[in-house]
Amino acid sequence: MTWLAIAVLGAGTYLVRLAGLLLRGRVTVPERLQRLLDLGAAALLVALAATAALTQGDGFAGWARPAGVAVAGVAALLKAPFVLVVVLAAATTAGLRLAGVP
Amino acid sequence: MRSFRRTPGTGDADGRDVRDDGGDLRDVAALAAAIGVVGASFGALAATAGMPLPMVVGMSLIVFAGGSQFLAVAVVAAGGGAVAAVVGGLLLNLRHLPFGLAMAPVVADRPLGRIVGAHVLIDESVAFARARGTGPRARRAFWACGVSFFLVWNLGTVVGALAGAAMPDPATFGVDAAFPAALVALLLPTLRAADARRVGLGAAAVALAATPFLPPGLPVLVGLAGLALAGRAPARTRPGEAS
Repeated sequence: MTWLAIAVLGAGTYLVRLAGLLLRGRVTVPERLQRLLDLGAAALLVALAATAALTQGDGFAGWARPAGVAVAGVAALLKAPFVLVVVLAAATTAGLRLAGVP
Repeated sequence: MRSFRRTPGTGDADGRDVRDDGGDLRDVAALAAAIGVVGASFGALAATAGMPLPMVVGMSLIVFAGGSQFLAVAVVAAGGGAVAAVVGGLLLNLRHLPFGLAMAPVVADRPLGRIVGAHVLIDESVAFARARGTGPRARRAFWACGVSFFLVWNLGTVVGALAGAAMPDPATFGVDAAFPAALVALLLPTLRAADARRVGLGAAAVALAATPFLPPGLPVLVGLAGLALAGRAPARTRPGEAS
């Protein structure tokens, strides 16, 4: 990460937000575009979650990490508190590594 | 994704001013605590990825958009370039454009208020204020959320970054599993919609299949190909739209 990258991301994000606030009444976002923006965000974040859970470099991350994420996913489905979900993931993965699972 | 965390709507949608600011403040505090925890996860992730503390905190202050911060740091941590990180983050934040169009009268009447408010126009403050109509109560809710979420997000970032930097060997503690787990928990409400689930599955499949062949960072971006599975808009109103 570089300061330049942070500045560009920050400025771009701010301008997107400000543009909406200042263009109110002059521009409307068609329903279909709004849906694509929402679904596009979901696509990026799910892709990020999947690659972060399963890959390391250009290969498989080993079983310990996806196992931890899977346990956390079940806990989240059962509506466990957010902190517990995160701790369960780390604890499962740490436990498996302690037991020799890569 | 419309919002990381949906807020139960208790206000009326007609813009009438329902006086329940005490209850609103309690709800803001509860949501703020959750955001602080997510901020701490971000700080820990960034610090264990080797980002120096001033940069971690600076990013939270300057960008103040959780999803894009996670995405950018994860892309760089995976060995990707800054360009891929910035492009991914900006694509993610394009969804804030309709937020601004919808929220302008709630945020402020004058340009100065909107110039300040733009920085705290995030998923959570928008969802929370929208659930309280378009009147003065919604405006108070927006600013209470905006200011307090900004404070706790940055405070959480500092705490998480310090803890992450103090950790001798993050892999031993399973820290690498905490980030995707947090993301999964935050995405679950979005994925209740069938179209979002299709797009998400497609995105994950494409990104994973591309990982061995593309430079780091790009697989997440090609996940956008999952949009091909979007299909037609469902006839029902989408959750969070009219609340």
